[in-house]
Amino acid sequence: MKKSYKIEVDCANCAQKMEDAAKATKGVKDAVVNFMMLKMKVEFEEGSDPGEVIKDVEKNCKAVESDCKIFY
Amino acid sequence: MNKKQKTVLFRILAAAILLLLLSFSGVKGVLRLLLFLIPYFIVGYDVLRKAVLGIIHRQPFDECFLMTVATLGALAAGFMGDGDYLEAVAVMLFYQTGELFQSYAVDRSRKSIADLMDIAPEYAYVKDEDGQLTETDPEDVEIGTIIAVRPGDRIPIDGIVRKGSSSLDTAALTGESLPRDVSAGDEVISGCINKSGFLEIETTREFADSTVSKVLELIEDAGSRKSRSENFIAKFSRIYTPAVVFAAMALALIPGTFLLLTGNPPMWGTWIYRALIFLVISCPCALVVSIPLSFFVGIGSAGKKGILVKGSNYLEALSEAETVVFDKTGTLTKGVFEVSCIHPEKISEDELLHAAAHAERYSNHPVAVSLRNAYGKEADGCSVSDVEEIAGQGIRAVVDGHVVCAGNEKLMESSVKTAEIPDCNHCRNHPGTLIHISIDGIYAGHVLISDVVKPHSRQAIAELKREGVRETVMLTGDRKKAAESVAAELNIDRVFYGLLPQDKVLKIEELMKDKKGRTVFVGDGINDAPVLSRADLGIAMGAMGSDAAIEAADIVLMDDDPLKIAEAIKISGKTLRIVKENIWFSIGVKAACLILGALGIANMWTAVFADVGVMILAVLNAARSRR
Repeated sequence: MKKSYKIEVDCANCAQKMEDAAKATKGVKDAVVNFMMLKMKVEFEEGSDPGEVIKDVEKNCKAVESDCKIFY
Repeated sequence: MNKKQKTVLFRILAAAILLLLLSFSGVKGVLRLLLFLIPYFIVGYDVLRKAVLGIIHRQPFDECFLMTVATLGALAAGFMGDGDYLEAVAVMLFYQTGELFQSYAVDRSRKSIADLMDIAPEYAYVKDEDGQLTETDPEDVEIGTIIAVRPGDRIPIDGIVRKGSSSLDTAALTGESLPRDVSAGDEVISGCINKSGFLEIETTREFADSTVSKVLELIEDAGSRKSRSENFIAKFSRIYTPAVVFAAMALALIPGTFLLLTGNPPMWGTWIYRALIFLVISCPCALVVSIPLSFFVGIGSAGKKGILVKGSNYLEALSEAETVVFDKTGTLTKGVFEVSCIHPEKISEDELLHAAAHAERYSNHPVAVSLRNAYGKEADGCSVSDVEEIAGQGIRAVVDGHVVCAGNEKLMESSVKTAEIPDCNHCRNHPGTLIHISIDGIYAGHVLISDVVKPHSRQAIAELKREGVRETVMLTGDRKKAAESVAAELNIDRVFYGLLPQDKVLKIEELMKDKKGRTVFVGDGINDAPVLSRADLGIAMGAMGSDAAIEAADIVLMDDDPLKIAEAIKISGKTLRIVKENIWFSIGVKAACLILGALGIANMWTAVFADVGVMILAVLNAARSRR
């Protein structure tokens, strides 16, 4: 399942780090951050609960970039 | 500028003024350090805060952390040495200036794309049984609903005009400035602006499937399909920062230790200062922001011209186009029949066309329609009677008392008694259907009806060549003669004729073999969706409304002007040139500054230029592709 989220992040490098962090989150198959549109597309693994997984994604993103936000 | 940016600007200005005043003051010692710390904190407190958070989260390569280490190190060096703190505070000041500039520039580019996306309708007026209009969210409108569109409003949902007539401004969708006239029975696409009349439209799609929604989705998703250049930069930045940080550590420790072991003074201060220079240059920001920005701006400027590129990777591939393969009908030609030659004997062209059009007055055959369209003055009060259709030959009718026959050579043989039917050299060598006309048993001339080449096709082929396309190829189901004459007229290098739709896929595969560059296929998407998806790059033209084509193609042209292909290649070439400039320029300057810094030639100021200056230049360069 794929979902698109609006995000807030200040710099392009940080967006890149968020993408890496999101990809490394358990339950996430793939993630793409589009810095220009300020959007994050997350593909969830089969059987995982997107509502729960996205919380972990945000936690991991905050660890690499403290000022980022994901709106879900 | 938003509120956040304004605050940062204010902090930068305040710190700069303070710094300027302090640099002229003669205060010495600890007090001087404390005074300089004031502008340092004003401008950099959020960087320091993020640096602390970075350590807590064990992010040693966080740029804020590195910037903090570099500036604190420089302050310490100043305290131990000559009391020069200007450099350290200035590094922080310029770093923040660069960040501010970057966020401002990116915001501006976002806004220019947002203008492009300002085609989303906010409401639809639904007409109920009593004729009352209700303002409704377009998403709630079902297929088959009658909606009203007032002059000046945007058509919210695709549909068919049921009542009224008007002219539509399609510029936001196609980049075409000429308005399009519509009346009852015409299909209209959402996103067009109704300019003059009141229209009632029966919707044929849901909002989510309408043209506007598709276009918006396409533009939004474009940045998510990353190009090779972007992937390269992402990988590069992952290695670059750690590499530079380790190099800085090595530079701080190894030469000093070596000097110490060989019995020389170790000069720790010098080596640590040089290592700090490394840290300032360690941020890959110039690259990471400018490359996606260049693509974003390139895709945006293509979008403004009615060229929808589905991803950065496709824009990149387009710049490498070596072969462009065209489907003929509907791409290079209009796909509709038109009168292309009128050759009368003794009478005028108008008289010949008049006779032919009137004889065909009651026929629905495409040939008859094209004859009537070419004449254009059907309702001129002439009488047409005794119409007789002769199967496989043509038509016979009495027009204003004269017997007019219009049809093929067979019809002429039976109707013309007096003279031979001339063999026209010109028409024999041109593709199309030949209609002979006789009046009262005398041969009057002939008319050639053919699928006409689009007015810009020839120019488009020439422009493609100028943009560096090596070979142009045309695929068609037509007969050899017709195919070759069109190819010759347009200056196309190779032509393959007599192809069935499935043959076209095989031909594309054959053409793609042993090719270094990319093979681009251009079609109208009607029955060539498999070819569009098989080619390296599929361009669908005039495809608004055809879901299969939008799905299969990588680039969608909203109108059907072949010149747009050359335009798209031009934009892609320019974008990629800027991307390459930025990559080489940024990496080059950084590498040079690293070497100069290690040798002790470059100082903190050079490092700040390599970081902030390069980023500003790269971002400005990226914004250049807007034009």
